[in-house]
Amino acid sequence: MNSIFAIVIPYWGQSLLRVLGGLVAVLLPAGTIVYLFLFKMMSFMQSRLGPMEAGPYGSLQLVAEVGKWMQKEDIVPQRADKLIFKIAPVVVLVSTFLLVVVVPFGPDAYFTNFETGVFYALAVSSISVLGILMAGWASANKYSLLGGLRAAGQLIAYELPMVLAVMGVVIQAGTMNMQQIVVAQNSDSIFGFDGLGNPYILTQMIGFIVFMISIQAELTQAPFDMPIAESELVSGYMTEYSGFRFLIFFIGEFATAGVFAMIASVLFLGGWGVPFAWFGWNSVNDVADWMNLVGPIILISKMMLVVFIIMWIRFSYPRFREDQLQRFAWKILIPVSLANIMVTAVLKVAL
Amino acid sequence: MAKIPGLVKGLGVTFGTMMRTITKGANTVQYPHEKEIPPIRSRGVIALHQDNCTSCMLCSRSCPDWCIYIEAHKDLAPPRREGGKVRTVNKLDRFDIDYALCMYCGICVEVCPFDALFWSPEYEYSEPNIADLLHDKTKLSEWMETVPEAPALEAGADKKKK
Amino acid sequence: MTLTSDRLGDRQKLSYIAGQAADARLNLELETEGMTLNIGPQHPATHGTLRIVARLDGEQVVWAEPSCGYMHRGYEKLTEVRTYPQVTTLVNRIDWLGSFANEVPFILAAEKLMGVEAPSRAQWIRTILFELSRIANVSLFLGDLGVQLGAITPVFLAFRDREYVLNLIESATGGRFHPNFDRIGGLKDDLPAGFIDETKAVMKKLRNFCDEIERLLFGNEIFQSRTRGIGIIPRGIALQYGLSGPNLRASGVDWDLRRDQDIAMAWNKVNFKVWTHPDGDSFARCWIRLQETREATLIVDQLLDGLPSGPVMAKVPKIIKVPEGEAWVSTENPLGEMGYYVVSRGDLGPFRVKIRSASFNNISITPWLLRGVYVPDIITILASLYFILGDIDR
Repeated sequence: MNSIFAIVIPYWGQSLLRVLGGLVAVLLPAGTIVYLFLFKMMSFMQSRLGPMEAGPYGSLQLVAEVGKWMQKEDIVPQRADKLIFKIAPVVVLVSTFLLVVVVPFGPDAYFTNFETGVFYALAVSSISVLGILMAGWASANKYSLLGGLRAAGQLIAYELPMVLAVMGVVIQAGTMNMQQIVVAQNSDSIFGFDGLGNPYILTQMIGFIVFMISIQAELTQAPFDMPIAESELVSGYMTEYSGFRFLIFFIGEFATAGVFAMIASVLFLGGWGVPFAWFGWNSVNDVADWMNLVGPIILISKMMLVVFIIMWIRFSYPRFREDQLQRFAWKILIPVSLANIMVTAVLKVAL
Repeated sequence: MAKIPGLVKGLGVTFGTMMRTITKGANTVQYPHEKEIPPIRSRGVIALHQDNCTSCMLCSRSCPDWCIYIEAHKDLAPPRREGGKVRTVNKLDRFDIDYALCMYCGICVEVCPFDALFWSPEYEYSEPNIADLLHDKTKLSEWMETVPEAPALEAGADKKKK
Repeated sequence: MTLTSDRLGDRQKLSYIAGQAADARLNLELETEGMTLNIGPQHPATHGTLRIVARLDGEQVVWAEPSCGYMHRGYEKLTEVRTYPQVTTLVNRIDWLGSFANEVPFILAAEKLMGVEAPSRAQWIRTILFELSRIANVSLFLGDLGVQLGAITPVFLAFRDREYVLNLIESATGGRFHPNFDRIGGLKDDLPAGFIDETKAVMKKLRNFCDEIERLLFGNEIFQSRTRGIGIIPRGIALQYGLSGPNLRASGVDWDLRRDQDIAMAWNKVNFKVWTHPDGDSFARCWIRLQETREATLIVDQLLDGLPSGPVMAKVPKIIKVPEGEAWVSTENPLGEMGYYVVSRGDLGPFRVKIRSASFNNISITPWLLRGVYVPDIITILASLYFILGDIDR
C-alpha cells in the first residue's frame, strides 16, 4: 500500500503506519476481549454482573486495571536470573506481534503478503514457549519451576496437532498464502451453490475442532491450564511477576487469544470476506475498495465468535492432569488429524 | 436418542446461567446503590434502654469477651408517697460496649432481667478509627430508634412469650 | 590431550586430575534426591492454614505429611473458664460452615448430665436447623470442589444458592454463620412466621442446584477422569484410621449415627436413605456428599410437614448449674462424627470438655494415602476428604 486516497506515502511513513496498525490490531482486540469476555461474560455465567463502577457498565475497568498494575512496585526476587527474568514477558508479547503481521484484514489491507504465510504463522507462534520457559526457570521459585516445566511439555505436545489440523486447509486451498486462502473460501462454491462461499469449517470440521483444542492448549486456558493451575501453583510461571511485567503477561495472554482466533477465522471461517457471489465479484481484483474498511470489522466479528467459544469452554470445564493432557494430545489428537489429512488429500484429488 | 456427553451438558448449564442473568438480572445486589434489608432478628447492633437498666452487672459478667464496661453509683430518691421510705436508685455513669471485641452472641441481651438491651439489625457503623468502635451510653441509646418489633411466630408455637 | 600422552608435564597431569575431581564433586551435589515442596500454610488450595510437606520425585510424591496446628485456638482450655451459654457461643466457631451442628452435641451432653429432655417441638426444630447447616456446609464443598480442580463457575453457583439457606438461618436465629441458638433445655426462641413456606421453596431451589452441579461438574468427563480411581481407601484402612462421615461411607461401610443412635433428636421420626458407595475413591466421596445434600433437603421437607406444636423450652432454672458427672454425646455432623466429652463438677461451667472433631481424624490418613500420587492428585484427594481447619485445630 504505497498510496492512500491517491496520496503517495514515503517508505518511512508506510512503516510507521504499519507499526501503529500492528499495535492497534493486537491491543484493541485484546482490550475488547478482556472486557467483554473476561469481565462480563464470565460474570454473567456466574450469576453476577461483573465490574460496574469504572465507567458506564464497567467499560473502563481495564484502564483502571492497567493503571493499578503500572503503579505497583517492581519486585525482582533476589536469587532470580535478572536478565532472563526481565526479558521473559517481552518474548511472549513479541511473538504475538510477529504473528499478527501475516493476518489479512482486507483485499489490500494487510501488513505483509507472504507466500508461506501459514508456515510462518505456525513457526512464530512457538516463540512464546521460550518466553514461558524463561519465566519459569528464572523465577528462582519451586512453584514457578514446576509450572514452567509443565508448560514446556504441554505446549510442545500441542504444536503438532495444530500444524496437522491446518494442513488439511492448506491441501484444500492449494496454497499457504493467507490472502489466497481467504479468496479461495469466498469465491468458491459448495456443489454449485455459491451463496455461502466455501468456508472450510464445513469440509474441515474435524480439522477445526482439533485446531480449537490445540489453541486452547497453546493459550494455557482451562481445561489445559496445568501450567497456571491456580489452586495448586498459585500462578505457575507467573507467580513472581508483579506490576508492569505481570501486565505484559496478562495482556499477552488475551492478545494471543485474539490473534489465534483471527487466524482460525481466516483459515476456517472465510476471513475478512463475504461470499463474492453476493456482489458478483469474480476475483480479488474485482473487490470494491470499501471492503478495505468493512473487512476488518467482519474479521473482528468472526474473531469474537471464535473467542466466545474459547472462553465458554474455559469457564465451564475443570482442568486435565498433565499426563492425561499428554495422552490426549499424542494418542487422540494426532491420529485424528493425520486421518483428516489423508481423507482431505484423497478427496481433493478425486473430486 | 444418543446420550449427550457430559461435556456438552456442562456447557449448557453455563450458557443457561448466562442467558438467565442477561434476561432476569443477576443474583447479586449492587451495594452501596441498592441495599438488602436483613431479617428482623438479625444481630446487627445492641441498643440500650437506659431507663430500664439498674446496673445489676449481669450482662457484663456473662459476656464471653468481657466487652461491656459498667460503672454506676447509688443516688437517693424521694419516697413514692408521703411518709414512706427513702429509695435508693442506681444511676448509670458509664455503659460502654466495645464492638471491636463483641462477638455478637447475644448472651447479654438474653440474660438481662429488666429488658434494657435489644438487638437491632443496623449494620453500617464501621469506623476508620478502632477506638471509635467503643459505643458509650448515648450512642447505644440512639440505636433504640432502629430496634424493630419482634416478628410474629410460626404456627404451632406457644402463645406465651418469654 | 590425554593422560597417556608422554609430552604432558606433571603440572598438566595434576590439573587434569583436579578437573575430574571437581566434576565428580559437582555431580554428587547435583544428585537430586527429590524436591521438598511445602504446600501451605498460605495456599489457595487448602481449606485454611494447613501445611503439607511433600517430598517429590519429578511430579510424583514420595512421602507427604500434614502439619496442622496453625489455627489452634485452645478451645478445650477456653471452655474451662466459661459458663455453659458462653461455651455454646464459642463452640459455634469450630466448624464454622455448619455451625449449628457444633452446638448440638455439647448441649445434648449437658442435658444428659442434668437429666432434662427438650420438648419435642424443640427437638424437631433442632433437627431442621442441623440439616440446614449440613446443606450449607456441603453445598460449599460442591462449589469448592470445582475450584480445586480448575472449574471456576460452580463455586459461584454454590455461593448463590447457599445464600438462601443462610438467609433462612438468619431469619430464625439472628446470625448467618454463628446462630448460637441452642440452649440447655431447648431453644432460645421459636421460628418466625413464614419460615415453613420459605424453607420449602428454598429446598426446591437447592434440589435444582444439585441437579445443576451434577450436570456441570459430576457429569463432566474431565472431572471423572480426574477423580475416579484416585485416592482409593479400602474399607479396613478407613475403619483403622478412624474416618467418619461421608469418607467412611464412600468406602462401603454402612454407618450413620443419625440412624443408629437413639438421642433426643428427630431423625428417628423421618425416613431417609443412607448413601454408600463401594469404590472408596475420590469420586465416590464427592458423589456421596452430593446425594447427602439432596437427602437433607428431603429430610427437612418431612420435618417441616410433621412439626409438632408446643413450647420450645423445658422448665429449667434461670441460672443453670449442671450436676456432677461425665457424659459423651456424638452426632453425625456434616464433616463426620463430632463428639463432646463433658466433665462437670457441679459448677456454672464445665470442668473439662474434650472435643472429638471429625476432620482431625479424617486427615490422619493423608500420609498413607498420598504415597505415589501425582502433585495435582494431592489437591484432588485433599479436596475430596474435605476438612475445615477450625475442625482440625480447634
